[in-house]
Amino acid sequence: MCLAIPVKIVEMRGKQDDFLNPPVAVVEAEGAQREIRLDIVDRWPSPGDYVIVHAGFAIRTLSPEEAEANIELMRQMAQGQRQGDD
Amino acid sequence: MIDERYSAPYKDKKLVQAIASRLNMFQERPMRFMEVCGTHTMSIFRHGIRSILPSNVELVSGPGCPVCVTSQADIDAMIGLAGQPGVIVATFGDLLRVPGTKGSLASAKARGARVEIVYSPADALKIACANPDHDVVFLGIGFETTVPAVAAALLEARSRSIRNFFVFSSHKTMPRALHALLADPELRIDGLLCPGHVSTIIGAKAYEPLAETKNVPCVIAGFEPADILQGIYMLAKQVYEGRHGVENCYSRAVTWHGNERAIKVMERAFEPCDAVWRGLGKIDSSGLAISPTLSMHDASKHFGMWSQTTVTPDPRGCLCGEVIKGKKRPPECPLFSRACTPTSPVGPCMVSSEGSCAAYFRYSTPCRQEIAEQQIP
Ligand code: SF4
Repeated sequence: MCLAIPVKIVEMRGKQDDFLNPPVAVVEAEGAQREIRLDIVDRWPSPGDYVIVHAGFAIRTLSPEEAEANIELMRQMAQGQRQGDD
Repeated sequence: MIDERYSAPYKDKKLVQAIASRLNMFQERPMRFMEVCGTHTMSIFRHGIRSILPSNVELVSGPGCPVCVTSQADIDAMIGLAGQPGVIVATFGDLLRVPGTKGSLASAKARGARVEIVYSPADALKIACANPDHDVVFLGIGFETTVPAVAAALLEARSRSIRNFFVFSSHKTMPRALHALLADPELRIDGLLCPGHVSTIIGAKAYEPLAETKNVPCVIAGFEPADILQGIYMLAKQVYEGRHGVENCYSRAVTWHGNERAIKVMERAFEPCDAVWRGLGKIDSSGLAISPTLSMHDASKHFGMWSQTTVTPDPRGCLCGEVIKGKKRPPECPLFSRACTPTSPVGPCMVSSEGSCAAYFRYSTPCRQEIAEQQIP
């Protein structure tokens, strides 16, 4: 049930707070376009942003800075470079 | 389209090896960690993580496969719903072949019941709009990752007056179950590898009471090989240093407070209730019932047949309950790969792709093991 891989938003459709025309993001995954609901996403994304999707709903908008910080910390720890890590 | 930034670096062979070799620093005592989440279980097998762990580190699977922990009574109720005239059941695909006391959703479908597989609760809502003369029941299973999505569908149904849309809620919440699990003195667990996307919603803070009261290290990890190894490394390090705190090595997707917007939506549509888990039994306030303000969409009220706390015996001989608690490994089940296989499953752990029996089966025969090993990053 869990699509763990972040997907890229190519287009936004619909409106915030409009139940008849709910906001959706169009994403590209496995070569097909899908509409993803944004009702429960933590931060409002823009086209070009990546989101984590679960059961057709975006649950998290990723930021490149956070991704960079995450991998950087991991690399430092792997090298034992982080202070207080040993 | 998948961005290199968000997944490729975490598959990097050198990084994975560097973390694995640092794990060797903690070899003094055996350590037993539980990966709580079914998606972790799958990923651990797919990437052959066990084969690169030092021999003192053991991984056991936990109660994080939604299909697997759904009680037999709830499975029976779902199959019962599928047999009702004028009802369309909308479900995630992995529930379809779970054996009930009699038959399964798949066999009900073969006999003519309308059972539709959906990818999202929003799709179930679309089916309800397209079939106004039918009652459409979405089978709600899953944890905090899935519940906000179901909540959004329920709230939409109310605002748009889609009166033929119902949800059968067998939803569960994770921290309560972990408390109950760790209260079991027979279960020796030195640390919890906490679920990635459940934590995206509930936040790292949700594990703090657990770490404090049960003295158990909790580390949240993502799903790529480096993520999982890093999580195990941080657990081992806490054990080695005699600490037990909450650490988050999936910071790109998980914050301390979680997704507050999703939590709000969830709280508008659901409220805590007692629930029966397969293997774990009844746990107070560990389930989610549809809030009274949405009772017109509550399948259990509309069809009035059952409650989340009914107990029905599990399939005979099936050890799913023990497997879910991390007490037995699937091959220890006498039925494993004999009477019970993915094509003719006896218990839910062999059905769901997130179930440990299915994962063991898929990756356990020698040639499959080889394939898994080739995939070690
Ligand atoms: S192998 Fe089959 S019968 Fe045994 S515990 Fe797993 S699902 Fe149940």
